Amino acid sequence: MSTAVQTDKLAFAYKDKGVLDGVSLSVEKGEMLGILGPNGSGKTTLLKILSGVLTAKGEVKINGKTIRSYGRRELSRLFAVVPQESQVSFPYTVAEIVLMGRASHHNPLAFEGERDREVARRSMELTGIMSLSNRYLHELSGGEKQRVIIARALAQEPEILLLDEPSAFLDLKHQVQILELLRRLNRERQLTIIAALHDLNLAALFFPRLVMLGDGRIYHDGTPKDVLTEETIEEVYGIRVRVEPDGPTPRLFIRASV
Amino acid sequence: MQVLNRRKMIQVNGALFFLLIISIIGCSMLGPVAVDFSQAFKNFFSPDPNTEILLRTRLPRVLLGIAIGGGMAACGVVLQALLRNPLACPQMLGVSGGASLGGILGLIFFPHWLLPVAGGLLGEISWVPLTAFLGALLSMVLIYRFSLFHGRLHPYHLLLCGVIFNSFIAAVIMFLNSIVDFYQAQGLLFWLMGSLSTRAYFTVAFIWAYIIFGFLWLWAKGLSLNLITLGEEAAMQLGVETGALQRQAFVASSLMIGAMVSVSGMIGFVGLMIPHVMRLIVGSDHRLLLPASFLAGGIFLAWSDTLARILLAPAELPVGIITAFFGAPFFLFLLYREGRKTPAL
Repeated sequence: MSTAVQTDKLAFAYKDKGVLDGVSLSVEKGEMLGILGPNGSGKTTLLKILSGVLTAKGEVKINGKTIRSYGRRELSRLFAVVPQESQVSFPYTVAEIVLMGRASHHNPLAFEGERDREVARRSMELTGIMSLSNRYLHELSGGEKQRVIIARALAQEPEILLLDEPSAFLDLKHQVQILELLRRLNRERQLTIIAALHDLNLAALFFPRLVMLGDGRIYHDGTPKDVLTEETIEEVYGIRVRVEPDGPTPRLFIRASV
Repeated sequence: MQVLNRRKMIQVNGALFFLLIISIIGCSMLGPVAVDFSQAFKNFFSPDPNTEILLRTRLPRVLLGIAIGGGMAACGVVLQALLRNPLACPQMLGVSGGASLGGILGLIFFPHWLLPVAGGLLGEISWVPLTAFLGALLSMVLIYRFSLFHGRLHPYHLLLCGVIFNSFIAAVIMFLNSIVDFYQAQGLLFWLMGSLSTRAYFTVAFIWAYIIFGFLWLWAKGLSLNLITLGEEAAMQLGVETGALQRQAFVASSLMIGAMVSVSGMIGFVGLMIPHVMRLIVGSDHRLLLPASFLAGGIFLAWSDTLARILLAPAELPVGIITAFFGAPFFLFLLYREGRKTPAL
């Protein structure tokens, strides 16, 4: 296995408020990595640095080359990003939105070719939104919308999929559906997945490797069993929980008083 | 899966282009005086009233109307995408105010100066469009400077800068209007209302040059404009150099708007209404929306101007009155429809 993403002592501050301070992380190709941490711990910032939206101090290497050597178009064929929520200010159909994922693959002055349409169709089938293809995005429910955005990300045919709390606004069933889809993509297509996650129990259930961010640095990096301990959670989140093993995965129980 | 393809592109634009040609002929034929089409062309090189009216008066005016209508509509489409605001229009960008002030200053200081083009062979043009265009360029630089942070033009800054700049300019124009004498004030008001009357093909060519280059430039960015309506971050992650796109689109549309306002004053509503109508008809894909809006805007303004010429013939209405009469009710209808679509709380 070779390294897909490597960061070296990343540091980032908004104005003078530090968010990340010395984050060194290495992700192998085909890995499925969950990033945990309380609000403001820098999960989103880290993802934005990886996708090239923000520039940080330190080094980001993708496939062994510094991120600065990639152009936007090139980068968008390596990374696809699924944000928490997507705003669409103009009426686009689902098919149009998914095809936008092909923008960096075809000539910007030409239309999408047969292959582009084929890739878009397959991504829509994979996410189960084929029947919605002619609907407008703003007419869809939160769960449907998020699947459209994932389909668009898959249409980019990325090597690495970045997700920022992809299921934060979804109900339990849709959360599980999305995470199952991610696991399938990871297993069947060896897609490298890096996701910022909120729900520690779901993270433990679906992600073989977890990274816990706190105070702008990596607190813990390892299997769910190593990372999700009563001590770590109290230290990072400032809340006392009971952790019990459920087969190989740890389960969290929140105590009533904080 | 219904998406944009070459066939739809050719069908829609072909149909609109056909209508445009019909409009050029129709609008040139219509007017207070009847003209003989065949006579006009037969006596092309000799003095003939038919030639004079059709080819030297009406045709340049129709061609100017098409350029301005098309340019305003295309700029409207681009600004709505760039600012991610469906209410954005060319009038909002402070450039239009700068051009107005430049024009007003030209009218006050060089009212009768004429500039012969190519030794008078291509006719004479007034200084007013030149001072107006200078005003547009200066205001463009100013607004650019005040909206550019870290290499990106912030949509909110751009919008607010434009609105505030225009209100300020309006105050300056009112001040100038109140210190000049009555007849001059009348002239200023008339210029501000906007008009497409021209007799110089040079002016028409000047405008078309800006419009064609600007339009092609923006059209080439059609795909990126689609993506930037999803937000700057999403657009970046889909491969768009958003900073460069914002800067280029702002400069291209500012130059177009500056050139248009310099020649014809402020003709409202085309740039706001046509993009909405066309979005309803052809969808939101800018690769089709831009050319379709351009053609539709040209057709709309050519006919509006024809109405302005013939409604009170031989007197002429300012064409802005016609576009506003169509535009304002239509826009209210659109807002009403949108309001009804959102469910009650």
